[in-house]
Amino acid sequence: MNHIISVLVENKAGVLAKISGLFSRRGFNIESLAVGPTDDEKISRITLAVNAEEHSIEQIIKQLYKLINVIKIQELDPSNIVERELVLIKVGADSKTRPEILEIVSVFRANIVDVAKKTIMIEITGNSSKVKALEDLLRPFGILELVRTGKIACSRGSKS
Amino acid sequence: MGKITGAQMIIKCLKEEGVEVIFGYPGGKVIPLYDALFDSDIRHILVRHEQGAAHAADGYARVTGKTGVCIATSGPGATNLVTGIANAHMDSIPMVAITGQVGTAQIGTDAFQEADITGIAAPITKHNYLIKDVKDLPRVIKEAFIIASTGRPGPVLIDIPVDITTDLIDENFKADISLPGYKPTIKGNLKQVKQAAKKIAESKKPVIFAGGGVISSGASDILRKFVKVAKIPVITSLLGMGSYPENNELSLSMAGMHGTKYANLAFTEADLIIAVGVRFDDRVTGKLSEFAPGADVIHMDIDPAEIGKNVKVLIPVVGDAKIVLTDLKSEYEKYIEKKGIPNREQWLSRIKKLKEDYPLKYDRNSNKVKPAYVVEKIYELTKGDAIICTEVGQNQMWAAQYYKFTKPRTLVSSGGLGTMGFGLPAAIGAKIGRPDKTVIDIAGDGSIQMVSQELSTAVTNKINIKIMLLNNGYLGMVRQWQQIFFKGRYSHTCIYNCVDFVKLVEAYGGVGLRVKKKEEVENAIKKALEIDNLVLVDFWIDREENVYPMVAPGSPISEMLESEMLEGV
Repeated sequence: MNHIISVLVENKAGVLAKISGLFSRRGFNIESLAVGPTDDEKISRITLAVNAEEHSIEQIIKQLYKLINVIKIQELDPSNIVERELVLIKVGADSKTRPEILEIVSVFRANIVDVAKKTIMIEITGNSSKVKALEDLLRPFGILELVRTGKIACSRGSKS
Repeated sequence: MGKITGAQMIIKCLKEEGVEVIFGYPGGKVIPLYDALFDSDIRHILVRHEQGAAHAADGYARVTGKTGVCIATSGPGATNLVTGIANAHMDSIPMVAITGQVGTAQIGTDAFQEADITGIAAPITKHNYLIKDVKDLPRVIKEAFIIASTGRPGPVLIDIPVDITTDLIDENFKADISLPGYKPTIKGNLKQVKQAAKKIAESKKPVIFAGGGVISSGASDILRKFVKVAKIPVITSLLGMGSYPENNELSLSMAGMHGTKYANLAFTEADLIIAVGVRFDDRVTGKLSEFAPGADVIHMDIDPAEIGKNVKVLIPVVGDAKIVLTDLKSEYEKYIEKKGIPNREQWLSRIKKLKEDYPLKYDRNSNKVKPAYVVEKIYELTKGDAIICTEVGQNQMWAAQYYKFTKPRTLVSSGGLGTMGFGLPAAIGAKIGRPDKTVIDIAGDGSIQMVSQELSTAVTNKINIKIMLLNNGYLGMVRQWQQIFFKGRYSHTCIYNCVDFVKLVEAYGGVGLRVKKKEEVENAIKKALEIDNLVLVDFWIDREENVYPMVAPGSPISEMLESEMLEGV
């Protein structure tokens, strides 16, 4: 079962290491992790995508709370969030394949951010399934590099 | 405003926290700190190995309830503390460990005696700090003591680069603490407590399971009062021993791998477990899927992460044991006042029967020096009023089984980590914390050799602890497992006659006594208690005596192995 956990932490040196260390020593796997400051520069938000059973997720959250630098934890309800990931994909392209790639990119409302003689770099923002679909379509052209930010998510409506 | 050094500021802050004693060992990166300490009236106990400092601070904390403090230098000094810090972490002992670090400019360069101790200690501390600015010292030290001693207690490490200790700071500099993410729940949810009271009143076969949390929160008194009202038998974990008097008829002593059979059977037959300040360690539960099959669990603990971690919980109450038990007692009284006192005569007589049918037993008629006999004699001759420290292994289990603990903070034993070599330094710390008490280390010949250099610390500082060495010339607990589960193949567990312990203790300036015969046991203990010095009594015990009863690993706790020799007795 996939879970997205949003963790507010004090923006201090070593905090990320404490969180990732906790995951490894308790035997939990992180699928993706994104971190950045919030509107308050003293506080950072870490968004964790985790694949775990219900019981484990409860333990993960309780164990995270024990870290002194953790201020607040939210498990986001997947049915009521906006989830995004930004991915840069570099694909091989020549004059023959370029039009086809451009067409796919436009259907996905992705952006071309770099064009070279033999490659195109595409930027796509979206949820996992959208990114996956684009990735699948581009694979036959030869994906040379793929870089992703990790998921970030925000719950809908006024609830924070 | 006058300026002082960072080192002087550290000492000033420690004074403000009420620190009376520090256990430590100097080294290159803490020379400025030790220079400041030289002018202070804080007592410093110079150990012989940093691990001893951490264990001594731990022992001090266990008997006093105060936060233990230890200091080590950077690199190897800091890494030598690691076992002691991990031990305190597993047993939730309040401790502040201060380590020196290479200068801020050298950090990360693999400088001489550099170790990333905050990284190393992250999994074994409640929290840790690396100081980067002298102005952070007052705030961090204050926070460290708060974190170590509140909520679920634990060790906090402060790593201080040497240049910070020589930097200057205004002597009155103060900074507010900032712990936005730290809010332990102290008061239990009253609705949950009410539900718990009702459930207890309605249960037919309840048992209380009291752990170290009862002792650390100072809840032993209220536990006794609650039991007096509710008349529910009490089982303890190893760390919970002393929370309820073992000489009371409702006490079932310790459960688990080497617990009493009646405690294990009471768990197995119970319909309700009222757990307070325990974490259902595997040494207690045995095979988890068959642990207490008929029982619902009410779990009261200050650490929400413990609730539901190992066993399924029906009614959780997060809060401080003392406050929760106080509320529980008054809610329970209200409930039974309305609905009447539950009749549990049948259960109580069943408990009585279990205690009669399955007492702890050893061969009392043997002419050999039986370890259980030695511990019983220690209990008798100290009138149950001593502080008992233990090493780890058979000695620890015999001490737990045969000494009757009646008061909190009288058993000092390494529970969670099971650290051999804990007892001697912990006894040193305990004696400093409670100089008015007789402090005894019930030791094994394997364990004590891991830290025997601390005999020097004790003698030099006139810390007159009494070491009762149950000497069998084996790493006894492992040998016992090899005998029972590995066809008697004693692989590397025989350490027979490798040192003359009497001469060893004499070399350090203490007194050594040797006991080879049963009839000498009593006199030797008496003599040891009378002599005004550190005394080690070297008891040559029955070499292959095992600790029974015993739950085989992976078995349910209801299935206990007993001494074959005693079958039919």
